[in-house]
Amino acid sequence: MPDTVSFRLNGQPVRISVAPDRTLLWVLRTDLGLTGTKFGCGIVQCGACTVLVDHRAVRSCSVDVKSVQGTDVVTIEGLASDGKLHPIQEAFMAHDALQCGFCTPGMILTAYDFLRRHPNPTREEVIAGMDDNLCRCGAHVRIVDAILAAATAMRGGSPS
Amino acid sequence: MSIRQATDQPGKLALEAAISLPTRREFLKRFGTGLMVWVVLRRSAGAEESEAAHPATFRPRSAGDFNAFLSIGEDGHVTCLTGKIEMGQGPITSLPQMLAEDLDVSIDDISIIMGDTELCPFDAGTWGSMTTSFFGNVWRAAAAEARSVLLEMAAETLQVPVARLTVDQGVVVDSKDPSRRVTYGQLTKGKKIERRLTVKPSLKAPGQFKIIGKPLLRRDSREKVTGTAKYAGDLRMPGMLYARVLRVPAHGAKLKHVDTSALRKIDGVVLVQQADLVAVLHELPDVADDALGKLHAEFEPSPSTLDDRTIYAHLEQAKLEPTVVAQGGDIAAGRALAVRRLDQTYLGAYVAHAAMETHAALAHVEGGKATVWASTQNPFGAREEIAQALGLPIPSVRVITPFVGGGFGGKTFNLQAVEAARLAKETGRPVQVMWTREEEFFNDTFRPAAVVKIQSGLDSAGRIAFWDYEVRFAGDRASAHLYDIAHHRTSAVGSFMEPPGFHPFPVGAWRAPGSSNNAFARESHVDQLASMAGVDPIEFRMRQQKDPRLARVLKAAADQWGWKPGKAPSGRGLGVACGADAGSYVAAIAEVEVDRTEGKIKVKRILVVQEMGLVINPAGARIQIEGGITMGLGYALSEEMHFKDGVLRETNFDSYVLPRFSWLPKIETVILDADDSPPNGGGEPAVILPGAVIANAVHDATGVRLLELPMSPARVKAALAVKGQVT
Ligand code: FES
Ligand code: FES
Repeated sequence: MPDTVSFRLNGQPVRISVAPDRTLLWVLRTDLGLTGTKFGCGIVQCGACTVLVDHRAVRSCSVDVKSVQGTDVVTIEGLASDGKLHPIQEAFMAHDALQCGFCTPGMILTAYDFLRRHPNPTREEVIAGMDDNLCRCGAHVRIVDAILAAATAMRGGSPS
Repeated sequence: MSIRQATDQPGKLALEAAISLPTRREFLKRFGTGLMVWVVLRRSAGAEESEAAHPATFRPRSAGDFNAFLSIGEDGHVTCLTGKIEMGQGPITSLPQMLAEDLDVSIDDISIIMGDTELCPFDAGTWGSMTTSFFGNVWRAAAAEARSVLLEMAAETLQVPVARLTVDQGVVVDSKDPSRRVTYGQLTKGKKIERRLTVKPSLKAPGQFKIIGKPLLRRDSREKVTGTAKYAGDLRMPGMLYARVLRVPAHGAKLKHVDTSALRKIDGVVLVQQADLVAVLHELPDVADDALGKLHAEFEPSPSTLDDRTIYAHLEQAKLEPTVVAQGGDIAAGRALAVRRLDQTYLGAYVAHAAMETHAALAHVEGGKATVWASTQNPFGAREEIAQALGLPIPSVRVITPFVGGGFGGKTFNLQAVEAARLAKETGRPVQVMWTREEEFFNDTFRPAAVVKIQSGLDSAGRIAFWDYEVRFAGDRASAHLYDIAHHRTSAVGSFMEPPGFHPFPVGAWRAPGSSNNAFARESHVDQLASMAGVDPIEFRMRQQKDPRLARVLKAAADQWGWKPGKAPSGRGLGVACGADAGSYVAAIAEVEVDRTEGKIKVKRILVVQEMGLVINPAGARIQIEGGITMGLGYALSEEMHFKDGVLRETNFDSYVLPRFSWLPKIETVILDADDSPPNGGGEPAVILPGAVIANAVHDATGVRLLELPMSPARVKAALAVKGQVT
């Protein structure tokens, strides 16, 4: 039965009438038209579907839409503010940290949560923090470089 | 809609096209006036790439047949069209980079439209590292022709001889009087000039390059980091349905009966039931998915009796005539010279492509015409498959390729596009098919399991006396032995796709098809011969070769690494391997650590030296090498399909193990300067070496020789146990 679910989505309040047990990923991609959130596996193995719920990285393929009731949800489309890219997005561009780009939204949002918790990470910590996100193109080296550079930029240093 | 806005963004173009759907004629009209250059190759652009192609029955041969197209508009903006597609490997950057060079315009003034069968010239598919090496020169030729036409026009306008003109960023300047200048846009304004080019004009020499060879960042990254890049599964049309297709549980199984009565309780569900296609559709994909789960189906079991162990006997015993790929000297004479023999058999498992984007397509069929947006690396092939399935003439089908989320050979065939088109025709509504990961693993065209048998021996001087090499069912690509061996024979049985129906499920091209199996076998074998001869593995290879390009990459690798010669096994865990693929040469050195309790191999450091001729975009080339090495860790260490009676055990990433961040070695790449040779393939050569270089390093660490890929922990432990080395 449809129910009303309300939350903030990329800074805007939304109220949708939706069966509450529907999967967040498909509601985002279909009902809300935000296709930057990708489907890769559906079983919490790849991270392509990662979104931020109250700043925490959540795998949208495995949670019901009702679980975001009253929360603040950010998808990759909402990470830039006022046309200004987030430092992580800038670092991914500057380091060519993507090839096909299909894993990229999930990588960036996972990195966002990771850097929130580890503002000054070592290379090893980045690797451990990103280990549950898969990339088939093998962009890993550049992704690690980009996240380290973003960390520096976010701490106010100049990005390398 | 301005062309400029629509280009460089396959998804955006596709979306706008969904609304307006311009035909080629309408599209060309949009260019209005300006200069247009068509390049026609004497021979089909597909000829050199046919390796991975199924026969393309429809190659346009009309007067309008052309292989590359570019236009320079009144505003000086350049638009180029190509049947190639962007799946991560970077032509969206490197192809405009080449045009910018030969046209002398800024790369920012170039838009590219890719993979649209209606607008773009015919293309046999994007694979085989051929985009730059073969097709690139065609584009450069078009650019050079356009430039010379523009120079002639400028000479007339400025009343000076062509020789006095120089061009920079699309502005033609009189070198004697730089105040006299005219832009490309001004030259073409109000004119409509068409050129067809059949001869090759002279291209710039490397010494004149301003843009080629400069590292450039990807041009599509902004869309990809902001989530606006559209892939096939991201496209939406009014009234569309999402489809889920009923699959058999095993390859070879047949649907006996399906009870669909439970669907009656689900609002809005649409059922399509045809002899070979049962699907449930809904306006919401997750509801379609739930509905599929409510079907009760019965199947005839698969007649297949093979499994992942018995497969090798099947491959080894198949009675098929070998084809001799290369031979020289006299094998019998070589055998007689051998004082020590080494005969080995190398095995490689079925490997999945596992692109992060599953196969997806959106189809719209109306009025005898079909338009399909598909994740494909072969849009023109997809067009044929769809036309055949729908019974439409090929020109009535248009395939448009948005961004593709990885291919690696796995998006050559287009079952998902055919399914979407059939369902759209049947329902009269636009239909999207996006495979689940389970469907992706089931329907993949896997890299085939393969066997390589090598007989060889050392002569009394410690050189390779003879080399008798047979590759079975991997394909002969990169099977040449590369070395200086007097008595040799290389033969191939079957190929990575032949004969049809030989494998228990579909197989096909996988990034550098055959090469990774061949390089693993050859380089493992040469390494063992080096050990038998008691010679350092690099020294042994150097002594045994006479190809300067091979010697150059090997020597550069040894220098860069700081290689200290030693006979293997040295206990250091160092391995070396080299190879040639897609016209490029590569050498790698790796250092590994073997966990003897767990059987786990950790690659600590890996160096790749590549000589690939002229490098268009060194930044992109380096990334492709890193990507190839990282991807190659998978088939080397973990990736393998297990199966029995047609059922595949690996169904998702919980069972099929991809390389991940924690596996990353320190990767060093060196690209050797070779500007005077033509550009060769860069996207694939590095992926062929991880199997061999790691196997050789493991041997160096432990004395244990692994002959089967992947070198999974279980296999490593078993091999160590035989040697009595498990701790
Ligand atoms: S799709 Fe959610 S983790 Fe893979
Ligand atoms: S860039 Fe293609 S999967 Fe990561």
